Order: sequence, then C-alpha cells, then structure tokens
Amino acid sequence: MALEIINPGFLTLLQDYGRYGLQKFGITHGGPMDEHAFLWGNRLLGNDFNAVQLEICLGGFAVRFHKSTIVALCGAQAQVSLNNQKINMWQTHCVEPGDEIRVDVFSSGLYAYLAIKQGFDVGVQLNSVATVMREKLGGLHQDGQKLVNKENIDYRQHVNEYRGVAEFKTVVPARFLPSYQDEVILRFIPNRSESGCSDQTIDDFVNQSFEVSADINRMGYRLQGDAISSEKKGIISQGISVGTIQLPPAGQPIILMKDRQTVGGYPQLGCLVYQDIGLLSQCRPGAKVTFQAVELSEVEQEFIAYLQFFGVKL
Amino acid sequence: MSTVKDVVLLSENTVVILFEQNISLDIAREVSRYQAAIEQVLSDFIIDMVPSYASIHITFNLRKVRSGDFNHSLKTLFSEIDDRQVEQIEKRLIEIPIYYGDEVGFDLTSVAEKAGLTSQQVINIHAGRVYDVYAMGFAPGFAFLGSVDERIATPRKKSPRKHIPAGSLGIANQQTAIYPSDSPGGWQIIGKTPINLVDYSAEEPTVIKSNCQIKFIPISKQTFIEMGGEI
Repeated sequence: MALEIINPGFLTLLQDYGRYGLQKFGITHGGPMDEHAFLWGNRLLGNDFNAVQLEICLGGFAVRFHKSTIVALCGAQAQVSLNNQKINMWQTHCVEPGDEIRVDVFSSGLYAYLAIKQGFDVGVQLNSVATVMREKLGGLHQDGQKLVNKENIDYRQHVNEYRGVAEFKTVVPARFLPSYQDEVILRFIPNRSESGCSDQTIDDFVNQSFEVSADINRMGYRLQGDAISSEKKGIISQGISVGTIQLPPAGQPIILMKDRQTVGGYPQLGCLVYQDIGLLSQCRPGAKVTFQAVELSEVEQEFIAYLQFFGVKL
Repeated sequence: MSTVKDVVLLSENTVVILFEQNISLDIAREVSRYQAAIEQVLSDFIIDMVPSYASIHITFNLRKVRSGDFNHSLKTLFSEIDDRQVEQIEKRLIEIPIYYGDEVGFDLTSVAEKAGLTSQQVINIHAGRVYDVYAMGFAPGFAFLGSVDERIATPRKKSPRKHIPAGSLGIANQQTAIYPSDSPGGWQIIGKTPINLVDYSAEEPTVIKSNCQIKFIPISKQTFIEMGGEI
C-alpha cells in the first residue's frame, strides 16, 4: 500500500516531463499541460525535474497515504485539506500513514499537480510514464488509462524527523505565483513562411480577442471569434511544435497542446511563447484571450533562464 | 544549389526546414538525404526530428545550443551538403503480408468498380510496386506511403468510418497506409495485415520507419488466419 486513490475526480493522469525523441515514430511528447506548476512541485521537493506526479483535472479529488513522505500541490486554485484541516497550495506538507488529502472542485484553472518526494514509482514505457490516452501509452498499467478508484501508486517512504516539532515548509515565493484569469494575453512568434500566414491574416488575428471554446482537451484548444479569412486552405503536412496556432479553413484557430498529433496540415499563424502554453492550459471555456506578436530574440533568454531555474535537462 | 527553400525558426527551440512544397518522390528522397546529414553532424543538439513530405521539423536542446547558432550550423551544413560524403543509408525493404479479401477489405469491390477493374487486378496493381515512406504521423506508426498507381488511386470516403480495425490497409488518392491501431478514418480499405506494426516494448516501437521501403505480399485467407489475423 502506498498512495490510495479514494476519488480520482474528473480525470487524473500520471505525468512526468514527457516522452522525447520518439516523434519520428509518430509518438507525441505528452507531459504536464501546465509545465510551470508541475516544475514548481518538483523544485519544492528537491526532486529531479522529470519526477512523476499526478495531474488532476478540475478537482473533486481525494487520496490516502500509507507511508510517510512530503508532498506539494501546485496549479489551479482550489480548497485543499489534509485530514479535514485546510492547507495551502504551492508549499510542502508532511504526511503520515492514514492521512488524507482532498482537493475540492477548482475555483479557477483546469489543472493541478500533486508532487511527492522523489516522485511516484511507476514503470516507464518508452522511457516515460507520461499518460497519453489516445496512444494507449504510459500511466500506471502502461495502457494510457486514467487513474480510477482504489488504485494504489507506489512511492518511497520518507521519514519526517521534525514533524510537529519544527516542521520546515518550502513555499513558492508570492511573486512567482500565477493567477489563472478569465482574460489573458498570450505572446506568440508569428510564422510568415510558406507554411505560415500573410501579414494581413496575422494582423487580423492580433486585432481581435477570442473565447476559449468548450472543445478543449490535452491535444488542442479550439478558440472562437470572428472568422479569420486566409487564401491558404492547407499546407503539406509537416511536424508541429507544441503551442502551434493553426488556422483551419473555417477561420477559428486551434492551439496544439502536449498530446498533439506529431504532424499537421493547417496553415500556421505562429507558435506561442513556451511559458504561455501553460497559461493557456489553465483557461476555461469562455475565457477571453488576445495575442501579442513578439520576436524570438525577445523571449529566448527568458526560456533559457526557465530551463536553468527548474533544472530541465532537455 | 541547395534544394532547401527556407529554414524557419518557429519557437524558442523548434525549427522547420522547408523544401519545395510538393509531394514527389524526388523531394521525399532529398528529405531523407538531408535528414541523414543532419543526424550525422548535429544529433548532439537534437531532441526530436520529424521528417515529412517536404519538410524536416526539429526540436533542439536549448541547454546546448542557441537558436541563432543552430540555424547557422544548419545553413553551413546545407551549403556543403553536395561535397560532403553523406553515408547514404541504403533504404531497408520491409515486406508486409496482406490478405486482400472482401471480409477485411471493405472497399475492395467499390474501388475496383470505380476503376473499371476486377478486384484481382486492383490487388495485382497495388502489390506490384515498392512504396516509399513520405511521412509518419497521425498516430504512432502510421506511415503515409506513395505513390499509388493512378489507375487505382481513389479519394477518401465522403464520411469517415467510426471504427477501422488495427492492421487495415487503405488508399487515399495516391497514398496508401496501414492503420497501426483501431481508429476512426476515411481511407478506402482494401485489405488487412495479420502482423502488429506497433510494439511499445521494443526499442524501435514501430515496424515501419521513415527510411524504409515497403512491399506488400498478398497472402491467402488461410495464411492470414494462421498468422493470427482476425476476420
């Protein structure tokens, strides 16, 4: 017995940083939708960046621990309790055998992460635990399935010597805490190449705001707004980056997320700045998004600093 | 003169190399040649590389190389590519057994009717040539193969089927492919292979890879069943 699922909620998946180097076989990256929240969890616990966590979608989630360890919850805003006592997110908590953590239905955002000291012990499939339901790949039983009631996920015991005496908590500094809002500005690098769009089409795209539609999942987020017209209806299918903003003929953009297909044939308006992909992942249907074009040179250093800060080796 | 038309920095750590944007065997072979050269020289910096019909998409490791330097390395490599001894990897020929029968090839009869041929003629034409891999994607192990003989090239179905069993062989215009796993899809299904094309426990998880050539070997219903095929 280790971590016992009492209520998996709407959708809870095991995720590590993702499955890399296999796109040439048509296998997608997977990994956490909100990478920023995921990486904070591992950093708070002194874990490797790739340590396995639970990705909780929408909340309504409960678990029981059967070994002592330290955990942290980061991401979407929710009421969280440890043995019915309210606790804070974005910081570490010691847990003992029999302790229960409950996460209510989120009040804002879509994804939260339960990180545990040294990560969950789950067998890898193609070098990763990342669960990709569409590919039937990864997860607890290596079949791409979501977690269900009464399942047990193993982790290493970690004895908390100072619990109750001088319990030391690690906390994410307030200035780093994101707020998941109903109105966001997302930065993107425009694509004006042959597989991209014209200046006019890109102008039309940045000069309006969109709503996040109800058609969103781990593969992509479909937006709705005034249809954008483009002479180009399709391109010859090519590999696509995470965060690519595609423009299908109907004129409503689709932004490709972690479980995207590896190739796509719609013209591309551009690609989101890496850190803004996580911001979008937390947007609920109805959220208002606008786009701001930036140059690669303005954002490259920010991304390198991000990778260094969280110790990401990829 | 290099056949690369453009190198586009898409994001902080991704780049796409665009060739002339056409679907042809000449371009597919150029993509393979460039892919081999890039792998030889720059693989230390590369996290993922996705060759497609007329492009190569690369995710590079920003902890090891900046986009400007990576872009420069690519362009230098391309300017020297014709002088460089690129070890031309001989394309591996893979033979895939296919049972071309109505029970598993739901559209075989209608493809034959549209083409004004018999089913046997369709089979002979389809199995009578070697196919190149033009692209991989859509799903793990899904390989877009070309080119199908014009006489049997048939457009996709108007409305896709909700369920196509793993192993089904389809045609869409001048492309042909096997669905490696159960999936919805709109291709014209003309047969089925009894072999499993995806194995997640193998080091190389798919039977077909981008540098392969494929030949389909017609087999009887009995052989299909003996090999574990399901009708």
